Amino acid sequence: MASTIRVRATANGDVTEVQALIQHPMDSGYVKDAKGETIPAHFIQRLTFEHGGKPVFIADWGPAVSKDPYVKFSFKGGKKGDELKIGWVDNTGATDATSATIQ
Amino acid sequence: MRVRFLPCLATLLLAICAAAPRSYAAETPDPVADARAFRDYFTKKFPKVALEDFVNGPYSMNADMHRQWEEKEQFPPYEFALEAGKEMFSKPFRNGKSYADCFANGGIGVRQTYPMFDSTEGKVITLELALNRCREANSEAPYSYVKDEMAALTAYMAFTSRGKPFDIRIPDDPRALDAYQEGKRYFYTRRGQLNFSCATCHVQSPGERIRAEVLAPALGILNAMPIYRSEWSGMGTTSRRFTSCNSQIRGVPLEPQSDEYRNLEYYLSYVSNGLPISGPGARP
Repeated sequence: MASTIRVRATANGDVTEVQALIQHPMDSGYVKDAKGETIPAHFIQRLTFEHGGKPVFIADWGPAVSKDPYVKFSFKGGKKGDELKIGWVDNTGATDATSATIQ
Repeated sequence: MRVRFLPCLATLLLAICAAAPRSYAAETPDPVADARAFRDYFTKKFPKVALEDFVNGPYSMNADMHRQWEEKEQFPPYEFALEAGKEMFSKPFRNGKSYADCFANGGIGVRQTYPMFDSTEGKVITLELALNRCREANSEAPYSYVKDEMAALTAYMAFTSRGKPFDIRIPDDPRALDAYQEGKRYFYTRRGQLNFSCATCHVQSPGERIRAEVLAPALGILNAMPIYRSEWSGMGTTSRRFTSCNSQIRGVPLEPQSDEYRNLEYYLSYVSNGLPISGPGARP
């Protein structure tokens, strides 16, 4: 299975723009399936982006975030060729992580 | 008396003869003229929109939406489905054969030729139908027509045809012309509690808002299929679009891939001939 995280980071001068798309059901726990049974809550709780061992973006998420969430932000201090580490943890304890090179 | 009656009769006959070809022309379907008139209608209504841009649906309708679309296309939400579709497409069935064996050119770059008219069966074959028939012929269970696997497969097939102009043909077969005509009739027939036809929204009012959404023009509307709709938070096929359109106008949707929908897809694709495939698409 390929990574659940897609990342693109581009440096433009001093500012690095990061875009990420994460594949996750983000079930709120309030939705029922076709049989009328509740779909248990299943959502990302923490999303972290690290640059040079230092977090540059941390998101504490809850059940209200949409399915397959998309994130875009920018930070200062990154340059071309640097590595960016991305990881998430969800409420069931599942995790995924990947890394990307700033372009 | 007799002398005066004759010229009168002659005039009457002349009038009938002159009128006859005209009414005949109105009843015989002329797909080529239809498609031209259809295209002209939209290009006249939206003189600022480039012809190939109509395939981007609501995003072609104003500059604001177009900017949103450009941003979205950099990181499209259909990416996961596209990747899954590619994997599914290349994975062989249990009998060792694969989807590639069911399609011309191994299924690569053929999306623009569907739906096609099958002269043996005398009916319209859509891409979704062909995919499920391919599965059944290889003893695999058919997929649901509306989303998930079917959407992923058609997304991949559309992707391999991106940029290729729609190339729907009506063979020299009266049944093909009938299917086209039936599809056209379905498109323009009002139905449901709201008494809307497909054309009410997508011919009469594209670019207008329906609540928060901007209506897509019917020209090129199928070129982007299947689509990731934010409203669905997932992918949907042409079948899903047809059935959900029918329920939104408070009508009772037909079964996906029923003859009516197949004919409708045939008509609607034919009138968008020449416009490039842009699927899979992303829509609000």
